[in-house]
Amino acid sequence: MTPRAKLVALRTIATKEILRFSRIWIQTILPPVITTALYFIIFGNLIGPRIGRMDGFDYMEFIIPGLIMMAVITNSYANVVSSFYGSKFQRHIEEMLISPTPNYIILIGYVLGGVTRGMAVGIAVTLVSLVFHPLNIHSLWVMFSMILLTSILFSLAGLINGVYAKSFDDISIIPTFVLTPLTYLGGIFYSISMLPEFWQRMSLVNPILYMVNAFRYGFLGVSDINLGISYAISAGFIVALYVFSLYLLRKGHGIRT
Amino acid sequence: MAAALKITGLKKTYKGGHVALKGVDLDVKQGDFFGLLGPNGAGKTTIIGIITSLVNKSGGEVSIFGHDLDTDPASAKACLGLVPQEFNFNMFDPVVEVVANQAGYYGIERKEAFQRAEKYLKHLDLWDKRRVMARTLSGGMKRRLMIARALVHEPRLLILDEPTAGVDIEIRRSMWQFLRGINAAGTTIILTTHYLEEAESLCRNIAIIDEGELIENTTTKQLLNTLRMETFVLDLESPLDHLPVLENQKLVQLDETTLEADICRDDSINALFAELSKRDIKVLSMRNKTNRLEELFMNLVENGNGNGNRTAP
Repeated sequence: MTPRAKLVALRTIATKEILRFSRIWIQTILPPVITTALYFIIFGNLIGPRIGRMDGFDYMEFIIPGLIMMAVITNSYANVVSSFYGSKFQRHIEEMLISPTPNYIILIGYVLGGVTRGMAVGIAVTLVSLVFHPLNIHSLWVMFSMILLTSILFSLAGLINGVYAKSFDDISIIPTFVLTPLTYLGGIFYSISMLPEFWQRMSLVNPILYMVNAFRYGFLGVSDINLGISYAISAGFIVALYVFSLYLLRKGHGIRT
Repeated sequence: MAAALKITGLKKTYKGGHVALKGVDLDVKQGDFFGLLGPNGAGKTTIIGIITSLVNKSGGEVSIFGHDLDTDPASAKACLGLVPQEFNFNMFDPVVEVVANQAGYYGIERKEAFQRAEKYLKHLDLWDKRRVMARTLSGGMKRRLMIARALVHEPRLLILDEPTAGVDIEIRRSMWQFLRGINAAGTTIILTTHYLEEAESLCRNIAIIDEGELIENTTTKQLLNTLRMETFVLDLESPLDHLPVLENQKLVQLDETTLEADICRDDSINALFAELSKRDIKVLSMRNKTNRLEELFMNLVENGNGNGNRTAP
């Protein structure tokens, strides 16, 4: 397959993936926007003023980056896991497997779909946040790069879940029992400096903490974590998950007998 | 000239120990219309799965138009189109996108992909349905959609795994005509089917597989020549009072105006007509009682494994 043909195949997969979630935007884009708006109202507007300032910022201002990040994480992951498992379930993954499209193009195509949905939801949630608080941007580059790395990382994780999933239950187990707890404990609603020392150390095991804090730095210029470590951890996870995803596709785990 | 498909010592053992293929060797010539027949569970779909990279083989080699599937998979896959047994397209995609996306996976630019989708959807009478969701199509339309999808990248080797299953006779015959046309235009076709009439009508060469081994691989003509007797049903002009007794020919009376005659392939059928004519018995029409290939198939499979408790192919 020529490089040009590979590019066409990649564009086909990515377009298919983007059209898939765009056609059902009421199920894919709208719900996270409504949920996050409720977080803004309840935690930011109603409870926030009683909590007071956090790291020198209004509580509402403090939680906005984390809530945007939470929406990006869950939607990047959900897009790829549901789409990949759906293609296995309906067996139309076979359309790609019998074609000369290399595995890495299939992988990147799905990731592009996940990243686009993550970004689309992230932008929508950011626009909603403007209703509650003016946007404070410290570093646009850090904001953008960290949201991109995070959406790539969780798209890859979603694909691995999709490869292993054998039923629709399997695609909700990881988001419910792993992703949501890690996200909530990843410093969205609080600074880890508030925690006792033991729990501060425990929090450092959570990779989402690094992403949320780096993203918050892009807005507010403050972070509990060194920015370089956040980038290194995100990039390290992406490389590891990419290599593992490619290995699973090459081996045909769950898609070839 | 490289074979369209060359399979050497192909083996497959599934997890759990089931041996699906025990070392199959098969050559399909370029331009052939080749039938792969066998009872359920014989290994046909496993062979197709391995050729199309959907099943990992346990041993052996496969090459498509000289491109080895292990060492040059992209070139081998580029030559191949598949119409699988079960519907495997995204039921929620519009029909035209199912076909155009498939072209995209083969590196065909979007604009050309849609032009080709139009061409094949029109060929298969699906153009009017191009914008509807694929799941709303009838069973026959879904089968035709899979054929359009398999052809959109214009493969040199088209594999059809029971393409007319569940399709009414009218659509089946129009699909035969269509397949004959693309074969005549140069596409090599491998067909598996449960309708032996279909294989007899379409295929120039036939291989029969049973329990993971090839038990026959020859031309359709040669295969049918191995049948010694054929049974004909004769519809008569007038009712018979009694069953006529002929020299060297046993007849069976099915009803007043219908006779059944077993004729040896070496004997001329004219002799039978002459004998009937002598007795003022006029034959209005005549037909084969049994599907010849079906009879042969059952003989081969039953003799091959020593029991008759098998399902039809």
